[in-house]
Amino acid sequence: MKIHEYQAKQLLAKAGVAVPTGIVAKTPQEAAAAFTQLGGPLAVVKSQIHAGGRGKGRFKEFPQQAGVLLVRSAAEAQDQATRMLGQTLVTIQTGGEGKQVSTLYVEAGLDIARELYLGIVVDREAGGPVLIMSSEGGMEIEEVAKHSPEKILREPFCPDAGLMPYQARKLAFKLGLEGPAIRSAETFLRKVCRFFVDRDCSMAEINPLVVTKQGELFALDAKVTFDDNAAFRHEDHKALRDLSEEDPFEVRAGNTGLSFVKLEGNIGCLVNGAGLAMSTMDLIKLHGGKPANFLDVGGGANVDQVTEAFRILLSDKEVKAVLVNIFGGIMKCDTIVEALLSAYEKVGFNVPLVVRLEGTNVDVARKMLTESGRPIISATDLTDAAKKVVATLKA
Amino acid sequence: MSILINRDTRVICQGITGKSGLFHSQKCREYGTQMVGGVTPGKGGTSVDNFPIFNTVEEAVQKTGANATMIFVPPPFAGDAILEALDAGIEVIIAITEGTPVLDMARVGKRIAAQTKCRLIGPNCPGVITPGECKIGIMPGYIHMPGPIGLMSRSGTLTYEAVWQLSNLKLGQSTCVGLGGDPIVGTSFIDTLRMFQDDPKTEAILMMGEIGGNAEEQAAAFIKQYVTKPVAAFIAGRTAPEGKRMGHAGAIISGGAGTAADKVAALEAAGVVVAESPADMGTAMQRAIAKRK
Repeated sequence: MKIHEYQAKQLLAKAGVAVPTGIVAKTPQEAAAAFTQLGGPLAVVKSQIHAGGRGKGRFKEFPQQAGVLLVRSAAEAQDQATRMLGQTLVTIQTGGEGKQVSTLYVEAGLDIARELYLGIVVDREAGGPVLIMSSEGGMEIEEVAKHSPEKILREPFCPDAGLMPYQARKLAFKLGLEGPAIRSAETFLRKVCRFFVDRDCSMAEINPLVVTKQGELFALDAKVTFDDNAAFRHEDHKALRDLSEEDPFEVRAGNTGLSFVKLEGNIGCLVNGAGLAMSTMDLIKLHGGKPANFLDVGGGANVDQVTEAFRILLSDKEVKAVLVNIFGGIMKCDTIVEALLSAYEKVGFNVPLVVRLEGTNVDVARKMLTESGRPIISATDLTDAAKKVVATLKA
Repeated sequence: MSILINRDTRVICQGITGKSGLFHSQKCREYGTQMVGGVTPGKGGTSVDNFPIFNTVEEAVQKTGANATMIFVPPPFAGDAILEALDAGIEVIIAITEGTPVLDMARVGKRIAAQTKCRLIGPNCPGVITPGECKIGIMPGYIHMPGPIGLMSRSGTLTYEAVWQLSNLKLGQSTCVGLGGDPIVGTSFIDTLRMFQDDPKTEAILMMGEIGGNAEEQAAAFIKQYVTKPVAAFIAGRTAPEGKRMGHAGAIISGGAGTAADKVAALEAAGVVVAESPADMGTAMQRAIAKRK
């Protein structure tokens, strides 16, 4: 689960990580009041959406308006906010349709000497969390990785012991920090790593991490993603979720315990297992079709969940045919067929349906399909299924 | 011979009184696996469908001589269950549970990596099967047949698909290992390649990878250097759109790329036959074997 920058900063501040003073504004008047309250000669007004690239992003309605900008008076803050709140921000990460901005974060300016990069991920190879740093703050880390990989520093740390002081110092020296900044870095880095573990994050990024002229470190931006599997130990994270940032189909699927990703095509897919689901998409493309989604019903889904999966598929107007590909393991084929028949009854299929079944309880399931008398096209194997579903679209 | 498990393996199930735990324990027993009992704390001394239940893994090991376990406990307790099995002296831990917090696995992984007596497969995996001898996991038994192909995969149902294609081509399997789809798992492609290379019964190897991470690239490097048996592969997600990003740091950590094209190139450079379509995994294995003859 992703959260907004201002939420991440509030949590980081609670964990003792230095962040600039900031105030949330939901109206232009609040933005003006925030500027006055901050009391500085300048402030930064930042659009709060989950996607990155906000500074370079522009609003659909006001093509000159940037997603993040400097203001020098309360009046200016209010004026700018009117062209941001309720408007649609398009960045390199939002896609062409953009995201509506409903919250601004007004932040005090800092006396910046240097900008660094900080990221933490759980790395497969290291088998645990790794702190990544670079002297190239503010840059896209992928670009740095491509052009100057030697500038990327990696420091794996133990989730229980946390980042050790020597590890933090090592990074500080390699990044060329001097004087009081070294001590600040030690505190800052260790607290961010502790935060990552305590909050069960799967990704955290502070870019840029700034060093002020006084040698203090501040998180100027913050992107945090929580590990959904650990949600059970963080009741307080629930309130941080912003459903308006998520695809409505994906939210519905998530609430039902299904894994769903909306795609551009017109063939709805219902598959069990992520690997098989991806392969089914590959196969549809190989045979000239386009998948409308990735839908993994997983192993433990019951009839109600699978019925809801069919409902979600069929409520997508783009879907012109449906391919069901099930290789039963934990998932029993008859559960799928039961759900399919109940979906026929409750929702009704107005598009062709191709079904390929194999695995646990396949015989019972096939019998149920035949006896139902529904106009279902059955397929014998993967290629057959893909060819048949693509053919229904051409017919 | 085979790897990891065989007809002498004695298996318990942690979480046997749950719906899935019991169903699959029964299926494993029907297949011929020596399912010797189960563990559910607080239900020790009782039994379910003739499986004796114990309170702790330690007690189950003492009373049944179990040396392998199949874990079905809910995700919040999976890390604990794995370490309980490790400390009780279990040699093969197969964790089926899906949805374990990744930092829990980081902690468990360190303990597993620090020793050599016990091997962890999974979590979030379909399990391991040595056809005709022992099945520990949720895969449908009937699709398998004994034979010379060693199979390993990061995905569950895609493995069944591959097995089904192999069996239809009369290519039986020595052992099929589902490594699990989580970021941190107990056993890697390389660990499994090493076991297959050393197993006299395994004559050829089929691997199923997927986009993301660099496990396939590492496997390719290992194959090039150490594996003398024919290898075929399939990479799932060749056509997956890049649109949905995991965030900046995620991409860089996955070894710079982790795209299907990179993986296919690395594998082909190592002499591996890579299937173009998921429908051709079995025939790719045939081609890899023919190439060596």
